[in-house]
Amino acid sequence: MTAADAMSNWDRFVFTFFNADIAMKYGWEILQGAGVTILAGLAVVITGIGAGFGLAALRAIGWKPINFFIIVFVDIFRSLPPLAIILVLFFGFPSIGIVLPSLVVLWMSLGAVLAAFAEEIFWAGITSVPKGQWLAARSTGLTFAQTLRYVILPQAVRLGIPPLTNRAISITKNLALGSAIGVNEILGRANSALSMSANATPLTMGALLYVLVFIPLVIASRTLERNYRWGEH
Amino acid sequence: MSSAAAAPESFSPMSRYLLEARGVRKRFGSTEVLKGVDLLVEPGKLVFLIGPSGSGKSTLLRCCNRLEEPDGGSIIMDNVDLLSPRTDINAARRQIGMVFQSFNLYPHLTVQKNITLALRKVAGMSTADANARAAEMLALVGLPDKAAAYPTQLSGGQQQRIGIARSLALNPKIILMDEPTSALDPELVGSVLAVVKDLRDRGITMVIASHEMNFAREAADQVVFLDGGLVIEQGSAEDIFLRPQEERTKRFLAQIRH
Repeated sequence: MTAADAMSNWDRFVFTFFNADIAMKYGWEILQGAGVTILAGLAVVITGIGAGFGLAALRAIGWKPINFFIIVFVDIFRSLPPLAIILVLFFGFPSIGIVLPSLVVLWMSLGAVLAAFAEEIFWAGITSVPKGQWLAARSTGLTFAQTLRYVILPQAVRLGIPPLTNRAISITKNLALGSAIGVNEILGRANSALSMSANATPLTMGALLYVLVFIPLVIASRTLERNYRWGEH
Repeated sequence: MSSAAAAPESFSPMSRYLLEARGVRKRFGSTEVLKGVDLLVEPGKLVFLIGPSGSGKSTLLRCCNRLEEPDGGSIIMDNVDLLSPRTDINAARRQIGMVFQSFNLYPHLTVQKNITLALRKVAGMSTADANARAAEMLALVGLPDKAAAYPTQLSGGQQQRIGIARSLALNPKIILMDEPTSALDPELVGSVLAVVKDLRDRGITMVIASHEMNFAREAADQVVFLDGGLVIEQGSAEDIFLRPQEERTKRFLAQIRH
């Protein structure tokens, strides 16, 4: 292989993936997708973790019929591929008269999946708090609800943070699936720019943007883990 | 201490006992752990509960504040029927302190918050009042400088003294202690027993499940030997340790002396 060949291969690579003209032309468009991704991501994380936390707390009450429904919900949504849920909600539900905007479908689907996983993580945390903590709290006259709130859940949350942040990140990344139902998030916009320009640079930009959006989450999760370690200085 | 004790017995329908448990039964599955146990505790007394593991000591203590629900019998605490459905058990539990073998301090809270949680949430004290009370309790158990520490930063003996301070802070009428020193290294036992001794001298009623025989001989007003879910023998520490009458008591004492 000659040096000229190598150069031309390199040039072709740069032209295809790091094309400055294409980047200028579609950059703003794709950047706007980052706004959609961030907002939808926040919505998924907040509602998913919030609902999962609520379900786990509800399950701790130990009311059998309620727990049955929680477990069925959790097992189903942990098993289903997120894309299948998205497609059913978006293409299936209109036939029974429920038409939801694509962004709402994306939010509900991923929110439900995250809620299912978060419930399992919080529940595992609740059950791994030693029984002696319940005994000590109840012996001082704290009610069941007060014990759950002030003694058990803070410990369950701490135990749950590492697996929960991992899960939240991996599920939120599925926002890219929104491109399948026309949500204008990062990948959706990068994809249409790719079709229009016949050049892969928009995908490179999309990937970079995903890294930029998710790196702060990864760092935040590490900080959270540190802050929730008590008494180990 | 309580009005029941001060009133002349013949003129009062009230019990002379602060804690009056009679015929307490408890079954776990097919195992009957308590087969009708009586435990009578006069105010200001220190009662030692001894017996082999599995004899029902812990279960009996937990029945006395209904952490375990007895299957039968009656438990009267300071003239309140604890088993009555009309009794507010959470209010009643404020009057009954409990100290645990494994301390059971809340690991996510500082020592101060371990003590003040129930003061604020159950007794309804302001944070300032609760903190002042916590400081008072910490001084009492000899750990005045540990308010900001977390439980994991303390030795076992210190943790148990915090456990005692936590139960004492609510100003209970009685404190139940479930093997308070058996999870401790031998050199740490003394500091906890010193606190117990101090509480006894202050006239605080206590029931302690423990095998610290030397301490029992020195401090206990009454020793109750429990075996197989029944009270086999009870009396003064001298009687039980030096002149046991029952064969099972003798056998048990011989075992724990080895």
